Amino acid sequence: MTAAATPAASPATTGEQPGVRLARSRRNAELSLLLLAMALVAAYGATVEANMLDTVTSDFWMPAAALGIVFIGLHLVIRFLAPFADPALLPAVALLNGLGVGFLRRLDLADAAPAERETLAIFAGIGGRQLAWTLASVILAAGLLALMRDHRSLSRYAYTLGLAGIVLVMIPAVLPRRFSEINGAKLWIRVGGFSIQPGEFAKLALLAFFAYYLVRKREVLSLASRRFLGIDFPRGRDLGPVVVVWLISLMVLVFEKDLGTSLLYFGMFVVTLYIATERVSWLLIGLVLFFGGAYLAYVLGESVGGPFANFYLRAQIWLDPFADPLKDGYQLVQGLLALGTGGLFGAGPGAGQPDLLPEVQNDFIFAGIGEEVGLFGLSALLVVYLLIVERGLRAALAVRDSFGKLLAGGLAFTLGLQVFVIVGGISKLIPLTGQTTPFLSAGGSSLMANWLLIAVLLRVSDGARKPVVGGGRAAARPAGGRPEQLHGALTEVIKP
Amino acid sequence: MPELVITVARFGFLILLWIFVFTVVGVIRRDLFAGARSSRLVAAPRAVGASTGQAAKPAKVKRGRAAHQLVVTAGQLAGTRITLGEAQITIGRAEDSTLVITDDYASARHARLVPREGQWFVEDLGSTNGTYLDRAKVTGPTPVPLGVPIRIGRTSLELRP
Repeated sequence: MTAAATPAASPATTGEQPGVRLARSRRNAELSLLLLAMALVAAYGATVEANMLDTVTSDFWMPAAALGIVFIGLHLVIRFLAPFADPALLPAVALLNGLGVGFLRRLDLADAAPAERETLAIFAGIGGRQLAWTLASVILAAGLLALMRDHRSLSRYAYTLGLAGIVLVMIPAVLPRRFSEINGAKLWIRVGGFSIQPGEFAKLALLAFFAYYLVRKREVLSLASRRFLGIDFPRGRDLGPVVVVWLISLMVLVFEKDLGTSLLYFGMFVVTLYIATERVSWLLIGLVLFFGGAYLAYVLGESVGGPFANFYLRAQIWLDPFADPLKDGYQLVQGLLALGTGGLFGAGPGAGQPDLLPEVQNDFIFAGIGEEVGLFGLSALLVVYLLIVERGLRAALAVRDSFGKLLAGGLAFTLGLQVFVIVGGISKLIPLTGQTTPFLSAGGSSLMANWLLIAVLLRVSDGARKPVVGGGRAAARPAGGRPEQLHGALTEVIKP
Repeated sequence: MPELVITVARFGFLILLWIFVFTVVGVIRRDLFAGARSSRLVAAPRAVGASTGQAAKPAKVKRGRAAHQLVVTAGQLAGTRITLGEAQITIGRAEDSTLVITDDYASARHARLVPREGQWFVEDLGSTNGTYLDRAKVTGPTPVPLGVPIRIGRTSLELRP
């Protein structure tokens, strides 16, 4: 695209022709929001130190500054490579990521010996590791932005990505347990001291494939239908792909013992299908299939056990966590108590007791943060997630090609669904499953995959918002000159 | 640390968090309402726009009446807006079109919109099912007034200020 050659439509370059409203790139708004987000992260760090060390060390701002530098780097990459990308996405994500790093560092401070607390290096502990992962992820996201100049180029690799996605999903299921199981869920590839969660990346690859496949098939899926009870239902043979994905997600549920991931894949597909066809019947079919499947797994878990036993146990804990509060229900009960202790305004950053929560750095980070910032702070974080999802859907609405619409809509929805699954899990709305909280939880795979997701959304939103310059041959024409194909046009002008 | 400082820091952080949220909303708000405002302008009858005294000379379109956006009003891409620049807009099923429409009744290279001296012209590129400006079939380059639908297959497009 020639748009890349003329970044930042400054008034000087496009303002020659009267009547052309300038599309603003809003990069400066992004930069100031980003600085505000980093100020918040620094303020969080200072409050934590004030509460935990009773003093604020002179280098409390170091993690925030390190994050600020990489994010500003990404901002510069966006400024030059995707000048019209959405200005709200990067700061919102940066805030969540920064607070995540801050909270993990706070956990390190709690673990460290009192004498060492004041001199904790910024790359030490899980907070430091998360900081390092953030740097790597942001660099990767910038790389993706640089490599993918137009989101449509992704559709060329759709089948490759689809295959890669399925392989990534399947690897942990077929690996022997000692290489793939952590805490009862077989979602990992563990090599040495290093573990990655391939499902996080599979999410992106599968979504790109779904979007491509559905753009191809949307006509038949949305036109051929039977009307029943006032809703158009698709023909039986068109149900094929959705049934296949349903089976795959159920297999994930059974073999990888993870309800969240399976819900995520299935929800992702159904919603992309719905966006493609605008048929409510797909949502109904999806919900019925999923709840039917989950209920079946529950019943089978009760009677047969075996691979379904884990799911049955989780559902039991969800139904009554206080039945066994010291063993099976311990984690959920502690999470609920933490949220309750936090109350409306929380105990204050650094003043809670997140070390009582098992897995507080991963699944329960939201409960851990909730204890310290309270409902008031948690709802702000949820609104930030909501804004990110909204910006993604907005990009999907505005982009000009179907593939981009499905891709951005699906990615934004997936992010929202993942937040729902984990926050719903810790607040006992749905059975708890081991999902990561995007951008907050410790974990390189999740962070990296979600930053790649944001990079794709940024790219799509750039494509959606940039003014049309250079529709092919006409681009090189000097402004105001006559298009050569119209030389006979004057005789035909009809006055409006 | 005195108790007061910690309390101030604790609530200050929460307030700052919400200030951030509202600042983001403020930044987004502008482009949410920018779209709504322009569509409200278009929704008014065209005569109203013309009678607001611009009294545009027939051949020249004045600044206030120039088209700034191409909006898809019906079809699968309904709601899509393209900010118009000074380059032509190609419409069709081909992937490299400016507006890629997935519509069975559209050709790969169906039509295009070309600006000339502030006025946009629609031109059919030899499509199978034709391009219609309101009800009339487009045979040669035809100027497109604001708010008049261009129909391509099941898709309708309009120019808006």
